[in-house]
Amino acid sequence: MDPLLTKPAHELAALMADGALTSEDLTRACLARIEELNPTLNVFLSVDAEAALEAARGIDARRAAGEQLGPLAGIPVGVKDNFCTTDHPTTCGSRMLDGWIPPYDATVVARLRDAGLVIVGKTNMDEFAMGSSTETSFFGPTRNPWDPDRIPGGSGGGSAAAVASFMVPLAVGSDTGGSIRQPGSVTGTVGVKPTYGGVSRYGLVAMASSLDQPGPCARTALDAALLQQVIGGYDGHDSASINRPVADLAAAATAQDLAGLRVGVVTELGGEGYEPDVLARFTEAVDLLRAAGAEVVEVSCPAFRYALPAYYLIQPAELSSNLARFDGMRYGLRAGDDGVRSAEEVMNLTRDEGFGKEAKRRIIIGTYALSAGYYDAYYGSAQKVRSLIQADFDRAFESCDVLVSPTTPTVAFRIGERTADPMAMYMADLCTIPSNMAGNASASFPAGLSSDGLPVGLQVMAPPMEDARLYRVGGVVERALDERWGGPLLARLADKEIAR
Amino acid sequence: MGITADDVARLGALARIRLTEQECHDLAPELNVILDSVRSVSEVAGPDVPMATHAIPLTNVFRDDVVTPSLTQDQALSGAPDQEDGRFRVPQILGEE
Repeated sequence: MDPLLTKPAHELAALMADGALTSEDLTRACLARIEELNPTLNVFLSVDAEAALEAARGIDARRAAGEQLGPLAGIPVGVKDNFCTTDHPTTCGSRMLDGWIPPYDATVVARLRDAGLVIVGKTNMDEFAMGSSTETSFFGPTRNPWDPDRIPGGSGGGSAAAVASFMVPLAVGSDTGGSIRQPGSVTGTVGVKPTYGGVSRYGLVAMASSLDQPGPCARTALDAALLQQVIGGYDGHDSASINRPVADLAAAATAQDLAGLRVGVVTELGGEGYEPDVLARFTEAVDLLRAAGAEVVEVSCPAFRYALPAYYLIQPAELSSNLARFDGMRYGLRAGDDGVRSAEEVMNLTRDEGFGKEAKRRIIIGTYALSAGYYDAYYGSAQKVRSLIQADFDRAFESCDVLVSPTTPTVAFRIGERTADPMAMYMADLCTIPSNMAGNASASFPAGLSSDGLPVGLQVMAPPMEDARLYRVGGVVERALDERWGGPLLARLADKEIAR
Repeated sequence: MGITADDVARLGALARIRLTEQECHDLAPELNVILDSVRSVSEVAGPDVPMATHAIPLTNVFRDDVVTPSLTQDQALSGAPDQEDGRFRVPQILGEE
């Protein structure tokens, strides 16, 4: 592999700024890596090499002309396939949108382009972001570069695997219940769910609107911070967008200072049901924070026990409503239109053919939870639990600056292992869901490997709008672990042959 | 109180998804497992707990009432399964009789 590919984005950007590297050469190296590994890993659903190289040459020309460019200009990036792009199909991993090319760019995509990043392609995902393994994609599962027989997490398994396998240094994802953080955890990469409203949802195909949040996927805390600074900030097209300036996240990622930081270990996110290796790496990471000057306490958030059940009512309820737009009338698949059938019959056939099994399961659950006679008992109760979770967070953040837990209870499981058992699949998001329910900032950083060589993640949670604290903690953990291992965790994957 | 295959068929009709008898039969027990595990939510939150409405509280969001560029007719129709005279062409909506 080209050694260029293992460098973090901020180093590559510095090389380009110094004139030692062109975006075109870097993009060519990324495209060659994708060509080599995509048949094995199924990470990218679409790649437009010519368009990427043209964009890269454009950046090189602007740089050569002396133009001041942003800190990530010329860096290739992968985009999860639920962000609208005018020059790539946007399938959401579904047959419903197979081949659909949106008429506008998502705000996240527009900001990537404006900052000079080079979009190389769109990454695989669970269908309409419903899943924790990228196995529900209509286009087949993505495989984990650490072990191609295992899942890369989900729903954003494609974006995480793209970054972990050195196809691209950066990618963007969306996190509704853990879809950025859990894939980050099981691929040994950094994944951040910013504060709800911190990054615009405009042009992100909606799944559960009160929970959906775009965010960065990267190999280092600093790279993720730089990417969040590009895509984050106020957007009038998103009614939930927070109209406040984005903090200096890159400074936080490089601060290397935890003196006096109060870290709360959440009692409810650990113990029974968690793999011993996951708990061991977590405990080591907490020790490391203490050694770096943080004050560690244990906090109890009793309502977190009900976060998963409440989430599996709110999320299907919202998605059953959001996915009603896929009716075969204006865009996407239309099935069974023989000139005789009514619009309603065509809708029924289109949604039968267009949606996969998990999508149907959740739409039916959501329809049930919202139907007359059940609304109060299910959706209403779940929204009350959400208040209790928010109150638990508020109380915990009175005595702690950040909270920590494992990102997910297990390392990457085997492909096919949980597909027949929805509840086992849903358990993968046990630790990540509370932050979606409360809207606060949350991230996963690499915390080491299990005894069988699979990545484990440390989740860090911060109060709303305090995303900088995630990066402050992540930067310290990253440096300490790099020192312990004599280099980044992912360097071990760089030397490994990835094959099935 | 469990969900039956008939309930699934009714929910499928509400959600406009044609489900075969086999699918309804297969989905019912799966949905019951899921509903059994989420039923605990109705036991923890008493009448005094308010329902959350927003992840992050925001006051009403307004924009200035000015015209801004939007999609052209061609762009809006670019993904249409069928079109005619610059409009979406859809199957019949009302009955013939």
